[in-house]
Amino acid sequence: MATFEKSDNTVVVVIGSGAGGGTVSNELAQKGIKVVCLEAGGRYETEDFINDEWGSFSQIAWLDKRTTSGSWRVAKDFAGLPAWIVKAVGGSTTHWAGASLRFQKHEWKAKTTYGEIAGANLLDWPIDEDEMAPWYEKAEFKMGTTGTNGIPRLPGNNNYKVLEAGAKKLGYKEVHTGNMSINSEPRDGRGACQQIGFCFQGCKSGAKWSTLVSEIPKGEETGNLEVRPNSHVVKIEHDDAGKVTGVVYADKDGNLQKQAARVVCVAGNVIESARLLLNSNSSKFANGLANSSGMVGKHYMRHMTGSVYATFDKPVHMYRGTTMAGIIRDESRHDTSRGFAAGYEMETLSLGLPFMAAFLNPGEWGRSFAQSMEAYDRMAGMWLVGEDMPQLTNAVSLHATEKDQYGMPVPNVHFDDHPNDIAMREHAYKQGSAVYEAVGATKVLRTPPYPSTHNLGTNRMSDNPKDGVVNKWGQTHDIANLFVSDGSVFTTGAAENPTLTIVALAIRQADYIAKQMASNSI
Amino acid sequence: MVRLIDKTPKVTRRLFMRTGGATAAAAVVMPASILSGKAFAADPVALSVDSFNTLVKMARDLYPHDKLPDAIYAAVVSGHDAKAKDDAGFKDVLEKGVALLDGLSERMGHGKYAAAAKEEDRVAVLKEIEKQDAGFFGAVRGSLVTGIYNNQEIWKQFGYEGESASLGGYIERGFNDVDWLKG
Repeated sequence: MATFEKSDNTVVVVIGSGAGGGTVSNELAQKGIKVVCLEAGGRYETEDFINDEWGSFSQIAWLDKRTTSGSWRVAKDFAGLPAWIVKAVGGSTTHWAGASLRFQKHEWKAKTTYGEIAGANLLDWPIDEDEMAPWYEKAEFKMGTTGTNGIPRLPGNNNYKVLEAGAKKLGYKEVHTGNMSINSEPRDGRGACQQIGFCFQGCKSGAKWSTLVSEIPKGEETGNLEVRPNSHVVKIEHDDAGKVTGVVYADKDGNLQKQAARVVCVAGNVIESARLLLNSNSSKFANGLANSSGMVGKHYMRHMTGSVYATFDKPVHMYRGTTMAGIIRDESRHDTSRGFAAGYEMETLSLGLPFMAAFLNPGEWGRSFAQSMEAYDRMAGMWLVGEDMPQLTNAVSLHATEKDQYGMPVPNVHFDDHPNDIAMREHAYKQGSAVYEAVGATKVLRTPPYPSTHNLGTNRMSDNPKDGVVNKWGQTHDIANLFVSDGSVFTTGAAENPTLTIVALAIRQADYIAKQMASNSI
Repeated sequence: MVRLIDKTPKVTRRLFMRTGGATAAAAVVMPASILSGKAFAADPVALSVDSFNTLVKMARDLYPHDKLPDAIYAAVVSGHDAKAKDDAGFKDVLEKGVALLDGLSERMGHGKYAAAAKEEDRVAVLKEIEKQDAGFFGAVRGSLVTGIYNNQEIWKQFGYEGESASLGGYIERGFNDVDWLKG
């Protein structure tokens, strides 16, 4: 495992070790480029994870102070927890469920496909399906995605069997156990899924792909990657010419350290990525780094989400087995006859008893709630996830007065649903309910969105430096040696779980960075 | 074959709450979350006995599971009580909250809250105090969400099995044993 001097200004500094940061770190290291990956959280290996919802939440969740505003219900029920993401080596790939879906062709061109929608700042991505196809192939191979590369799909668990039976009664056609980056058979030095459940709490068998078990150890093996945990970057520095020169980070004791850099890649998972750019303001860049467009922090997206849980007369035990290996894709198409633009996926989801109590219907109490909880083992559940509309006013901004443990302004996350999001959610609730009613549900519950797991936008990609923060390579328009490597570059959100696309973009970006470095362009 | 869970209560007399780091984490999500780690004690250390018993009644009315013994609810209130011992402000919130609860109940013609015979009458009082004293109500309600449902002693009664990795997951233990769906 390599270690690099803090004064070494030939390294690429990657901020964050999740889907974007972990992948770009490994890809660069494989190409012989020296990388220092700074991770705010600690390092927990597979055997350290905890099969306990609150215990695990305490171990790996991002719990630093954040505030919320806007009309979304999360701001009321979980005012200090806008997002349910991870602060640990591997980032939110330790917590993700494994669903790995490619964007659909039309989703790269949201503005062209959906047209003008009032209140939505739609934009086409500056890349398309053909451009991304080879990078998706590399990502699926790397991640061992089921249903690709000849890898069999996972077996369906109880929750899936209920979903599948209902979906078929409704006439849905594209129903299966998903494209999951969880080994259905041993592969790449990791074993097959043991149907443990607790996918969200860090996979204890290592069957689930994460940067922790895959990209990071592989990168470290090259001798070109140093991952430095408990290193929370608070500022990116630049020279008079406006090129970034390194970063300042707080180490495990809270002492500030400097790491020099030739190139900096920001991959702090959207909220932190936007906050870091805004907090890196200077006399030269008064509004923050890479923010000449004023677009840093804007167009925060979180997917249209919601859940449907249904109770039955007989046992289901939905929590047994892979959490999200089950999908109905029929509603993911763009079809305005349903009363909204874009589409959504329906995916199996379960929570344990402790989190079910916290999230089923936050704030509810009394007999009806208690009865739902008593039906826990007779419950099936699905998550609804669809494309939400990018809105200028949905934004990550710096709090005017609140500071974090290092004295830096904390992020405020403002979100209001767009009418299209609301119409889509209503349709999804109805269809999700119908799936379960078709197989005899005794009660159907509409669960509101959880704190955001899919945080997207805020540094969006556009060919035009006036309406976006990064170009089609994730390179900031303003500063050539500053890149953004996470989901914050998403121009629009598409209906699919974003990790596969983040990884594919990171592989592609690493290729570009290596070429730019080789030609001394950066 | 379907693998069912033995739901027979196995709650012990001395009931320990789950403790550890979960307390701090839950506090981020749940307002004034309390996971005390204290055993259920017969004598409250900070609250009056009447207040303690009223809070236990309130806890059961908020999350009424007839199959759970009072000890489950009392364990959460013990956590409040322990916190109140070190936190005069919190003690004040609780004692004033209980006084308001009793006052509202009397004004609504049901006598003191814990003595009101009908659950529906007590629920009506709770709906009123939810509006009038959100701080008190939220503190008690929020702590119960973790205090009850994160108590491992009750999990099997709800058909939840908890940790599974050390048992080899569910691959040989019923992950796909649902048998009542008709083709």
